[in-house]
Amino acid sequence: MRKLSVHHLLGIKALQEEDLQLIFETAQQFKEVINRPIKKVPSLRDVTIANMFFENSTRTKLSFELAEKRLSADVVNFSAAQSSVKKGETLVDTVNNILAMKVDLVVIRHPHPGAAQFLSERVSACIINAGDGTHEHPTQALLDAFSLEEKLGTLQGKKITIVGDIRHSRVALSNIFALQLMGAEVSLCGPPSLIPKYATTLGVTVETDLMTALKSSDAVNMLRVQHERMDVSYFPSTREYALQYGLTLDKLEVLNKELIILHPGPINRGVEITSEVADSEQAIILDQVENGVAIRMAVIYLLAAQYLPTQAQSA
Amino acid sequence: MDKASKILLSPQKLDVIVQRLACQLLENHLDFKNVVLIGLQPRGIYLLDRLCALLRSEHGIKSVESGYLDTTFFRDDFRRTHKILTAQPNEMNIQIEGKAVVLIDDVLFTGRSIRAALTAIDSYGRPSAVELMVLIDRRFSRHLPIQPDYLGAQIDALEGDKVRVKWSDNKTECLVYLEKNEA
Repeated sequence: MRKLSVHHLLGIKALQEEDLQLIFETAQQFKEVINRPIKKVPSLRDVTIANMFFENSTRTKLSFELAEKRLSADVVNFSAAQSSVKKGETLVDTVNNILAMKVDLVVIRHPHPGAAQFLSERVSACIINAGDGTHEHPTQALLDAFSLEEKLGTLQGKKITIVGDIRHSRVALSNIFALQLMGAEVSLCGPPSLIPKYATTLGVTVETDLMTALKSSDAVNMLRVQHERMDVSYFPSTREYALQYGLTLDKLEVLNKELIILHPGPINRGVEITSEVADSEQAIILDQVENGVAIRMAVIYLLAAQYLPTQAQSA
Repeated sequence: MDKASKILLSPQKLDVIVQRLACQLLENHLDFKNVVLIGLQPRGIYLLDRLCALLRSEHGIKSVESGYLDTTFFRDDFRRTHKILTAQPNEMNIQIEGKAVVLIDDVLFTGRSIRAALTAIDSYGRPSAVELMVLIDRRFSRHLPIQPDYLGAQIDALEGDKVRVKWSDNKTECLVYLEKNEA
């Protein structure tokens, strides 16, 4: 009997390779489901899910909500901007109030690292981390790895480079864990000021020249510069950043090789990636978005399967 | 198969039954123009493959439309037991809208898989009719009002016992046996 080794999805760090394989196999089936004329299955018709977003999100929130609805779950949405959080309510109180309305599963995005972990230790519901500050964004890493595996067949021995604002990126950390679990070699590339000092302890290589990094890579994940998380200036100007670390058609022509391009979105066209590259055939950005729904369906399905309703537990 | 098992249908008998089922399909659907055969994952697909091969080789039916359907996400026991249901691939590259669908499975037991299949099939379109073919009907074990239209053999077994169909590329190795519940 195959099941996940965890009861919450807090980060990739807690997962094992078998968990990833199970999630990917299940996601493969859900990908077929969301391409049917009727894209809905009744599995979670007795489950209520709260999407609690304490930080802005478009893609992730929509993707989670669609995944939940495709599984027939009841969905309630919460965004911090219009809530009692502004009136001084604590996170645990907010979540417990929502759980008192008989919610089974909570998807949470929060600006503070560890918020999902904190909640999972204090409330009785299954927690899915949809991004906690600069820490982890597990579902994004899962969909990135799934999309890459679709293109490359296997990630064993493949070299994947993550470029950009590693310091402020939760996508980067989750990606490193997920790709390494699948046997890929990960390298980081960006201005030294945006690469955290602990990076080398993660078993990755660090390269500050983009072309050198890309020469030996099979795929590249272009991250956005997260101005909203920057309290000081980390590089002289956006123009200089774009010149050094932006992926352009010219650079791709010089490389003259098959290189798969990922981007977790939202794209800052003309900064980390030009429009021509983002819209080129090498970029699998929209595949990532499609796979995102399938991956989230798989994660919710597998976690909900372990989280039995009370009458089933006593049976 | 171990010693606690008992053979219910020998390879020869199973072969004759599969041939009869193919003939019965032919009798009802003659040219197979408006029919889709759907094997239910995980075990129904072997009977489907055998039938399709027979219809082509023995009866000269050039094209038999067929698909594999997985009903995992439509099952009613999800989150009711500690057993986690993992899905098998769907292969439904066919149009079922307005066509007669024949659902094919190996053993009909409680009828719950068939109920799930009836719901699942709706996701692909509205068939003009749905029929059910099973190799083995465990007739006194039904939980739902579901009966087969085409039937290989009826077998009465105790609730805890398992009726297994062993498929193989070699016809002389295919058989149906009873696995006694020793608990």
